[in-house]
Amino acid sequence: MVRLRRTFSKYALPAAAVVMLGCASGQGESPRHDAPDSFGFGQLATDDDIRALDIDIMPDGTGLPPGSGSVEHGQRIYAAKCASCHGPTGVEGPYDVLVGRIPNDEFPFANDRSFRSTIGNYWPYATTLYDYIYRTMPFEAPGSLATDEIYSLVAALLFMNDLVPADAVMDAETLPQVVMPSRDRFVADNRRGGPEIR
Amino acid sequence: MSKRDTPDTDEGNVRKSKITRRSLLAGAAGAAGAAILKNSTATADEPPTPSPQQASPDPTKAYGRPATPVGARSTFERPERSVSNSPGGVSRTPLQDLNGMITPSDLHFERHHAGVPRIDPADYSLLIHGMVERPMKFSLDDLKRFPSRTQICFIECAGNGGAAYTTTPNPQRSPQQVDGLVSTSEWTGVPLATLFREVGLSDDASWFLAEGMDASVMTRSIPTDKAWDDALIAYGQNGEAIRPEQGYPARLLLPGWEGNANVKWIRRIDVSDRPFMTRWETSKYSDPLADGTARIFSFTMDAKSLITSPCYPSVLRAPGWWQISGVAWSGRGKIDRVDVSTDGGQRWEPAELEDPVLPKCQTRFRYLWNWSGDEAVLMSRAVDETGYVQPTVEQVQQARGVFSRYHYNSIRAWTVKPDGAVLFGAGA
Ligand code: HEC
Repeated sequence: MVRLRRTFSKYALPAAAVVMLGCASGQGESPRHDAPDSFGFGQLATDDDIRALDIDIMPDGTGLPPGSGSVEHGQRIYAAKCASCHGPTGVEGPYDVLVGRIPNDEFPFANDRSFRSTIGNYWPYATTLYDYIYRTMPFEAPGSLATDEIYSLVAALLFMNDLVPADAVMDAETLPQVVMPSRDRFVADNRRGGPEIR
Repeated sequence: MSKRDTPDTDEGNVRKSKITRRSLLAGAAGAAGAAILKNSTATADEPPTPSPQQASPDPTKAYGRPATPVGARSTFERPERSVSNSPGGVSRTPLQDLNGMITPSDLHFERHHAGVPRIDPADYSLLIHGMVERPMKFSLDDLKRFPSRTQICFIECAGNGGAAYTTTPNPQRSPQQVDGLVSTSEWTGVPLATLFREVGLSDDASWFLAEGMDASVMTRSIPTDKAWDDALIAYGQNGEAIRPEQGYPARLLLPGWEGNANVKWIRRIDVSDRPFMTRWETSKYSDPLADGTARIFSFTMDAKSLITSPCYPSVLRAPGWWQISGVAWSGRGKIDRVDVSTDGGQRWEPAELEDPVLPKCQTRFRYLWNWSGDEAVLMSRAVDETGYVQPTVEQVQQARGVFSRYHYNSIRAWTVKPDGAVLFGAGA
């Protein structure tokens, strides 16, 4: 699928996030005033070239493949392939804690170190889980999981975080609809240089 | 040595020069010549490796080691990265062992998320697609054929210095242990703007995804403005090909921006009109704030400085004149000034800046200090060209919260004890 144009979605950051980064100094400009806009180096990419690499998934679900997975199936895979590093219930480690909610879905991380950030209390988008697990988990066998296994693991991790019911099925339709508790916690960088410390 | 015997350094005459050297040595009388001759019975490609123990008592009385295809640092010098046992891969630059502003390539810090991939440049290509007129693939040769640009700039991990922020660190810590996730190189590559013109960006394009070809398949969303400004697809580092640990054969270079966004081993760029919200820009590399929000896309590394001499573990042998020296850098431009205090921040005086002072680059500063022998607390404070003054840890904590994460650029201190010991932190 060649995505030439993507529609604006409610997931886009406030315009301020983009504006703050403005102010091009033009160092990227070509070294000669008569340099062509196009040098003609490189090759046109085919749809196959793109399909082979285009694995990113956006918060609105763009890029999610066909397939589906259940909580129950996901929990079985989790026990076999993930629990050794993330703990039987996702809280024991030794590596990243994956499970945990905070009363009233508060977001106290900058003030209180006793809360570890998790999928349930920190991640703004559920789709990111599919994208990330597909890319690089399990850590010692990255890229080894099939589509349905990933949907299942995503379903299980969302269930373990009390975000979906035990009978939830995750697919390209349902996953983008899961609203994460911390979705609206993220704000644009307001640091600008100058004397003010932010 | 007669003119005829002068060793020939022209590459095409290597054979001849070997013979010349052998005949020269064979003709030489005395123990020194004989010793060299014995050493050179090893093949000319494998020079005898001198070790400190073998150092000649008088180097003027012994023919030296022959020229070699690839040099190595003096065996008396052993600067090393310190490697942490983090699962993805972390090592820190020995800042206390370095002069000037360039980090030797083999000492550049490392932060990987799934180790260092081995990539054959013949198999490498960079795909640019998404909101473009012509999706295209560029081989490494293609990338190198475009007009190139070279820039000396720092790369600093967004998490560098965390131990100095949330905890009271062990005073027996070197600059390497505290802040060793920053390094400076001369980078060469093709401006990303050139490639974006080549593929024809859509008018609505405002972000792109940069993706690596390591086992973490690292991804970050970057505003296209950075490409029009100064982003590079870099293939050169300090005059040679980029080191594998730094992204061989090509990486994204975003001068002044947090290390993680400078995606190494870059294989793909997907152009879009909004960010992708990857795990590395949401779950990680976002900065929780005291008001219950978290800053996202906090790319720029603010001004920071650090004294690298004197520092732990060095010891000042005696009172008297000592040079205080260190590095300062800002992701927003040039360093304008570095102030040094020797009394824990009560009095500040400007340090001298070493030329060249480059934007988004480490700048070396020095300050001559006459130590009385009493306990002293040394600090440095960078000011960049935007007027930003490197803050105290209290200022940052007030602005962001005591346990905010990333961008730990507060003022560092070293305590000099009356016995000359130097410890990390004020009141150490
Ligand atoms: C061999 C150990 C290991 C195994 C097995 C493993 N992981 Fe991980 N996982 C890690 C490490 C280490 C990280 C952190 C990587 C980093 O930060 O670069 C991680 C990170 C994650 C994260 C991101 C956490 C966050 O808050 O950002 C998720 C989600 C995850 N793993 C899911 C899984 C799933 C699902 C499985 C099973 C299919 C799995 N992991 C198996 C070691 C492991």
